[in-house]
Amino acid sequence: MNNMLAIPKVNVKNMTDKEFFYGHKACAGCGGSIAVRLALKVLGERTFAALPAGCMSAVGFIYPQMAFNINALITTFPGAASMGSGIAVGAKAIGLKDFKTVVIAGDGGTADIGFQALSGMIDRNDDVLYICYDNEAYMNTGIQKSGLTPYGTKTTTTPTGKNLPGSVTHKKNLFEIIAAHDIAYAATASIGYPQDFINKVNKAKHTKGTSFIHVYASCPTGWGTPTETSVDIAKEAVDCGLIFLAEYENGEYKLNRNPKNFKSVNDYLAKQGRFKHMSDRDIEIVSSNRDKKWERMRKHWLQK
Amino acid sequence: MKNNKIFISGDEAVAVGVKLSRPHVIAAYPITPQTITVERLSDMVEAKELDAEYMHVESEHSAISATMGASAVGARTFTASSSQGLLYMTEGLHYCSGGRYPVVMMNANRSVALPWSIYGDQRDSLSLLDSGWIQVYVEDAQEALDMIIQAYKIAEHKDVLTPMMVNLDGFILTHTYELVDIPNQDEVDQFLPAFITPNKMSFEDPKNLGFSSKPDDNTEFKYQQNEAMFNAIPVLQDVDKEFGSKFGRTYHGMVEEYKCEDAEVVLVALGSVCGTVRVVIDNMRKAGKKVGLLKIRYMRPFPEAEVKALGKRVKAMGVIDKDISFGYEGTVYTNVNSALSKIDKHVFKQNFVGGLGGRDITKNEIEAMFNKLFLGISSEQEEKVEFFSLNVETNE
Repeated sequence: MNNMLAIPKVNVKNMTDKEFFYGHKACAGCGGSIAVRLALKVLGERTFAALPAGCMSAVGFIYPQMAFNINALITTFPGAASMGSGIAVGAKAIGLKDFKTVVIAGDGGTADIGFQALSGMIDRNDDVLYICYDNEAYMNTGIQKSGLTPYGTKTTTTPTGKNLPGSVTHKKNLFEIIAAHDIAYAATASIGYPQDFINKVNKAKHTKGTSFIHVYASCPTGWGTPTETSVDIAKEAVDCGLIFLAEYENGEYKLNRNPKNFKSVNDYLAKQGRFKHMSDRDIEIVSSNRDKKWERMRKHWLQK
Repeated sequence: MKNNKIFISGDEAVAVGVKLSRPHVIAAYPITPQTITVERLSDMVEAKELDAEYMHVESEHSAISATMGASAVGARTFTASSSQGLLYMTEGLHYCSGGRYPVVMMNANRSVALPWSIYGDQRDSLSLLDSGWIQVYVEDAQEALDMIIQAYKIAEHKDVLTPMMVNLDGFILTHTYELVDIPNQDEVDQFLPAFITPNKMSFEDPKNLGFSSKPDDNTEFKYQQNEAMFNAIPVLQDVDKEFGSKFGRTYHGMVEEYKCEDAEVVLVALGSVCGTVRVVIDNMRKAGKKVGLLKIRYMRPFPEAEVKALGKRVKAMGVIDKDISFGYEGTVYTNVNSALSKIDKHVFKQNFVGGLGGRDITKNEIEAMFNKLFLGISSEQEEKVEFFSLNVETNE
């Protein structure tokens, strides 16, 4: 159990000026790189970072130009969590103290190929923070569908045409699946709400045992959005209710943000190339799915 | 030297060898016939006889990933697997050697599905010769224990920094009990000092490891990896000699020749079958037949010099393969043949494929192999690949 009052707050005023992720080759407007930059500023120098195959490892470790100004390595694709665990356990075994291990993986690396290892890590309660930056498809390999690609998304493996509306599946309930392990701490976040994300990373940093943050991170290249709107679009995703901000701690869910009125789903979708083709019927499917989820969350997750 | 012999199985001997080597982290997933090793290690950790972190990983892929993670901060690590599990690790095996993480693993040699078989042959590890691991094959439980200790010293050597796989035949070695001499911990500590490596992440000297390379650089990294494997040859020979002077047992480095001094015909083999071959040789020698054994201990790095030197001295060489590269021949045979092609002399050769999925290789079969080799010299027969227990030749 964390005594949150004892944790020093981190905000834009007192945050370190040091950069721990720079000189990388991410696309302009990359939301994932914003998430990594902020997270590492909170976690600080005594951090080991482990990243599987994915955008952040592809852009950060191109020999000889190493973009992580802390200890970091690329892991096997399915083994990000287990290699992260190995670092944490190995560092403890050789007597290191006062450090944090963070795994930073994409949505496919987390919800698909890396899921088994992640489940194993939570089961062992290894002292690792796992951050999933979710840009809703395999962007590094050229925008293919993952288990976190939403309904109706056009990707290079979920084409749209006479017969298909793009992706025909909804996003996996990743946050709840992780919470169902009875993990020490889990949260969802968005780079559109950076202070909330910073607070959650800070909380996870001070959590003993496994913690997990699912951060929504826009991708102009894969989403067909202007590069300068990355933060705005990630905020709008929360404001229209398709992405929610929540925490799981001490066996309880908590909805951090519960807007009275959602912004328009239509507007959010219309701004993105990946959704432009969507029919009214498909937009209705997305909206009603959102409403069902919120009904459930409001019923069970609101603090009484 | 004080004798401390106990009656244990091959799997248990491996566990004792691991304990004596003082790893920081053990990560393994159970698979028959490796299980007893990891069970014993968990007992030792529970009893605090072994001060290590035991990670209950959810798969072999995570076992190798976790050991690499621990190795990347400078921890000494151990894992163990077999057959399907080893193959499930395959991505990690290449990753581990490329990352120059000196992980030590035990592999209980077992057949590969389909059809399912929990019994022994060597198709699992021999199909992974190109994964960049040092591979040694042992003949009994004592050698298994001793080679675990030697493996750390070889793998962690600064000129090597390459992971090492100690292979022992499933059931025949893993589950057979023998009297095994247990080295003294203080002497092992003197022999095997703490693991120190520059290839690690630390807060004093932060590093980015496991990076990607462009076409301009990749060949250089692979060249270095290949050099490291060749560097292992003198290192493993020195380590074996030092082990011999300290513990009174040496295994002759890359290969062991048995009664090859005057041999006309030799069989080449790996692992436990060598014991049976020795018995057949002793019997045939009584009848005046000049036969010998080349026990290949290391398949990688490959004992090319030793095979060539012996090839120059003998008339015929047969290779027993407990594996088959479908559509061609046994993998050990391919490797031996490649070495023999580099000497300026014709040696009659034959490949004997068998022992698959745990089938016994009998003394009679081995004697028949020797006789076929003698026949080959005298009658200028064509060289054959034979599934010997079926009495079928494949390359007619």
